[in-house]
Amino acid sequence: MDFLTFVQILDAALRFATPLLLACLAGLFSERAGIFDIGLEGKMLVAAFLAAAVAATSGSVWVGLLAGIAGSLVLALVHGLAAITFRGNQLISGVAVNFFASGITVVVAQSWFAQGGGTPQLSGAARFPPIIWPGALTKIRELREADPLTQIYSELVSGHAVIVYAALLLVPLSWWVLYRTRFGLRLRAVGENPAAVDTAGISVVRLRFAAVLIAGVLCGIAGAYLSTALQAGFSKEMTAGRGYIALAALIFAKWRPWHALWACLLFGFLQALALRPDVLQDLIGVKVQGQLLDALPYILTVIILAGFVGRAIPPRAGGEPYVKER
Amino acid sequence: MDKMPKWADVALLPLISLLLAGAISALVLLATGQNPLTALGVMIDGALGSTRGWGYTLYYATNFIFTGLAVSVAFHARLFNIGGEGQALLGGVGVALACLLIPWPHWTIAMLGAIAASALFGAAWALIPAWLQAKRGSHIVITTIMFNFIAGALLNYLLVERMKPAGIMEPASANFPPATHLPNFADMLAPFGIPFSPQAPANVAFLLALLAAFLVWVLIWRTRLGYEIRAFGFSETGARYAGISGTRIILIAMVISGALAGMMSVNNVMGEAERLVLNSAEGAGFIGIAVALMGRNHPVGVVLAALLFGFLYQGGAQLSFQLQIPTEMVTIIQALVILFTGALDQMIRAPLERAFQSRRKARA
Amino acid sequence: MTDPVLELTGISKSFGPVQANKDISLRVMPGTIHGIIGENGAGKSTLMSILYGFYHADSGTIRVKGREVQIADSQAAIAAGIGMVFQHFKLVENFTVLENIVLGAEDSALLRPSLARARTELRALSDDYGLSVDPDAVVEDIGVGMQQRVEILKALYRRAEILILDEPTGVLTPAEADQLFRILDRLRAEGKTVILITHKLREIMDITDTVSVMRRGEMVASVTTADTSPEALAELMVGRKVLLHVDKAPATPGALVLEVEDLRVTDAKGVLRLKGVSLTVRAGEILGIAGVAGNGQSELLEVLGGMRAGTGRVRMDGQGIDLTGKHSDGRTRRARGIGHVPEDRQREGLIMEFFAWENVAFGYHHAPAYNRGPLMDQAALRSDTAAKMTRFDVRPSNPWLTARNFSGGNQQKIVVAREIERNPRLLLVGQPTRGVDIGAIEFIHKQLIALRDAGAAILLVSVELDEIMALSDRIAVMFDGQIMGERLPGQTTVQELGLMMAGMAGKAA
Repeated sequence: MDFLTFVQILDAALRFATPLLLACLAGLFSERAGIFDIGLEGKMLVAAFLAAAVAATSGSVWVGLLAGIAGSLVLALVHGLAAITFRGNQLISGVAVNFFASGITVVVAQSWFAQGGGTPQLSGAARFPPIIWPGALTKIRELREADPLTQIYSELVSGHAVIVYAALLLVPLSWWVLYRTRFGLRLRAVGENPAAVDTAGISVVRLRFAAVLIAGVLCGIAGAYLSTALQAGFSKEMTAGRGYIALAALIFAKWRPWHALWACLLFGFLQALALRPDVLQDLIGVKVQGQLLDALPYILTVIILAGFVGRAIPPRAGGEPYVKER
Repeated sequence: MDKMPKWADVALLPLISLLLAGAISALVLLATGQNPLTALGVMIDGALGSTRGWGYTLYYATNFIFTGLAVSVAFHARLFNIGGEGQALLGGVGVALACLLIPWPHWTIAMLGAIAASALFGAAWALIPAWLQAKRGSHIVITTIMFNFIAGALLNYLLVERMKPAGIMEPASANFPPATHLPNFADMLAPFGIPFSPQAPANVAFLLALLAAFLVWVLIWRTRLGYEIRAFGFSETGARYAGISGTRIILIAMVISGALAGMMSVNNVMGEAERLVLNSAEGAGFIGIAVALMGRNHPVGVVLAALLFGFLYQGGAQLSFQLQIPTEMVTIIQALVILFTGALDQMIRAPLERAFQSRRKARA
Repeated sequence: MTDPVLELTGISKSFGPVQANKDISLRVMPGTIHGIIGENGAGKSTLMSILYGFYHADSGTIRVKGREVQIADSQAAIAAGIGMVFQHFKLVENFTVLENIVLGAEDSALLRPSLARARTELRALSDDYGLSVDPDAVVEDIGVGMQQRVEILKALYRRAEILILDEPTGVLTPAEADQLFRILDRLRAEGKTVILITHKLREIMDITDTVSVMRRGEMVASVTTADTSPEALAELMVGRKVLLHVDKAPATPGALVLEVEDLRVTDAKGVLRLKGVSLTVRAGEILGIAGVAGNGQSELLEVLGGMRAGTGRVRMDGQGIDLTGKHSDGRTRRARGIGHVPEDRQREGLIMEFFAWENVAFGYHHAPAYNRGPLMDQAALRSDTAAKMTRFDVRPSNPWLTARNFSGGNQQKIVVAREIERNPRLLLVGQPTRGVDIGAIEFIHKQLIALRDAGAAILLVSVELDEIMALSDRIAVMFDGQIMGERLPGQTTVQELGLMMAGMAGKAA
């Protein structure tokens, strides 16, 4: 394997990691506030569809992005209503959100575009274009002959959609919000011990809704990225379990932003490798089944959950509706 | 005092949820330019208007009875088993191995073997998350989700790399030998002179599903084990007082749950496909959640809810066939049923309880 | 004469049919420590919850520094200058001390300046009140005493003028309690007002300036501490209740049935709940355990009933009983002839969603009489239930009602019938008449005496002193996980037992 191939795989890993990272941060905000969210998948899916559909119709990817976020927010509100207002089962609510998304996207897509549950191919201003950094090489022939640093700069650093960079910036931003602001302090507190927040005179309901809505926005961006940047249009079930991988990454990261980045990059890398089994075989000399790579995020997560490699302790009040009591 | 009569809890509440789900689905249909009444007519005609329609409805219902029972048994112990899908996939592997490796002399014996194999494989797949929950405190919902994906990958590997006959491109096992083919409804009803569509996939596994429902009823409401499962589900401290081991109940309830989910494969893999294919469970494991919630975790309710969903699935297929409404319309209904009966239960229950209490007061 | 800093007038609060606070009036002077004392369920905690905005009073007014205030939520209480230290701390365990103190009282959207100011102020508060804590320590790593200081500091940081402490010494060692009292002394010296809710007379006598006594939801007295005595307070607290009279012949104790030696139990948080309890119960006698709730009685019943593990030695009819929980549980205890009427019938003794006939088998569902082959013999169970309901006068006598649909007294009768009719060698009984109507109390008491006369050993735990007095052949008083001493009912008084229950040694035995 030459160096350029390796850089290309890393490049793919970064692109695959982006939606995982956004969804993972979404889950992080929600679960840090004590609301389990297995509906990441559904919110992403609805956002992916709406972003592509509105971008295709309006011709503007930015309008599409907003529509995607709005769609994801609606599902987030439903989840908030069930989990916070009516103190329902957060897991069942998440399951319902996911099914609703996988149904509604196809039904609406079919009625809107009649293209087998997808949207038309997006092009031009209806997609997020790659941002080419100054001096980056774009021609594959030039790239092949360039030195490694240029290769890294041109292939890995340059040439991504704006959302990729935004997602990366969101990691320090999330960290900063969680650990350096009043809101973050309260958010983390409400996921650990809502009674402490309540007796301190802060509304548990409002805080938790804020967290759920932030998750909605981030899932919206993640979904929009899938259909308007990673791919050129929406297709049925295009999230393909990414919401669950993000959930796995969240557990893997033990609910911390920087660790979420590493976990998502790792899982993105596994996805990229699964597309290049030849490279992997060259690298380690043994044939590794693609299916094993597919399953690896889940297997790793189960091992983490079982506490065999460091224990993943979720926020203590996670999944529990808050009922005031002495 | 109970806040409302039992019939309202077991029948009225699910019915209201269903009506709400139906109403929202009707709005979706209207929004997509379809007439909901026409659609309902097509569904009824397609699912119940012919023996072929019935055959499909009952075939789907068979799957859902198994997975609905699986979810409900776990629910009785307050365990949310989202892993029915993966357990059903593994059950399919069990069925395929049993049918392909053993030269069965007759379908009756083959069916017994397949039941055992599917239950064993499904149970084993549920046992790991159960053990992790009971002994390591890993959240069973998350682990069973993960095990669904792992099962998918495992099945993919087995079909592509191990079970696919040479010279065939499609990732599927070899066809099962004829001696393992289960009689379908046409075969079963012919001796009685009742004509039934021979294309319809409903088969003898439907009777197995009904038997399973009966046995689950016996288990939950007639045996000591069922008594302990329910007691543990209602109150863990109560169970500790009575000397009921939580670890034991978690393991046993999940093993039974997994076995039931796995046994679904006797219907779809052995009875219908007669070979193992990718994604063989086709989401039936998840529908089990809606079926169990709607059926209030009672085998009778589960059977009725499974029939309803069987109707929805077959009717949904007709919708896409005749009106070009995607089958995913059914997924929407399924999601709304889960939402209203599961997560938004309080939203419907609270006003209903108030209504019953004010009526009671007015009478007094 | 100064004006009161806190004045409650006519506060009432009901929960359904239960009146938790009846027309309560209270005046607390600034710069004093005011004690509120009363038995469990006297309404102390409800009153304090009203003050902190958790509940809303049905009627009455609250004045702080002469101004009437509406306390709608905790925020309003904080604004009125009221701080609360709950019995169960409201701290975020994986936050630092500083973060816990700042939470909810931040200066701005950014944390850093708030934390910096809090750090400075914390130092000042520590100096003023002798409350030293490490601001950067994580709460779950520090001891309970320290955590309590954090709660006090939280209140002071929010400029609380009135500090309410709910049973603050329940979780503390004696040394920690002494430190706490020094802190409270200091607070008083600095002009703060402290309200101390407790059931421990020694604390009231040691530290308070004035004391109010609550009984059954009413404020029965407010006196200056110096003008009263522990005996007088104990009497006020317990009241001159009409002593329950139970007809019973003198006990004829037989062989030793239960022998407990040096029994210790540690709870999930690592707190030692039973600190070496030793006792014996003979056949044909009732040993009553008196004590205020939370002094280890629950743990004693639970460990003997097989619900939790402990260390020490327990023998039943001379044979050892496994306390590790590995080889025994409630089922094996029952097999040894130990019946158990648990303290909390709704969470333990019954499954509220189960029918009466299902509950009659609870814990004994393996009994051959209740089973036929692999199935439970429901017909037998139902007829047994119907018979029990007749014998124990359970109303309505319908085996098909769920436990939830019976009144407290009838629920308890179901439990008592189930446990007594198994003819146990030893019956563990916890709060047999809590929330039970008068008629049922009398009935249950008679049944217990009858079981004793039939030769069973009975270990009775109750927070109702008159119940202990009426039923017991011997009385042991528990306080702080230990047996304070044993008395014979004919040779002691309610006052003496009250003192022992409050941690003060009674007359020399």
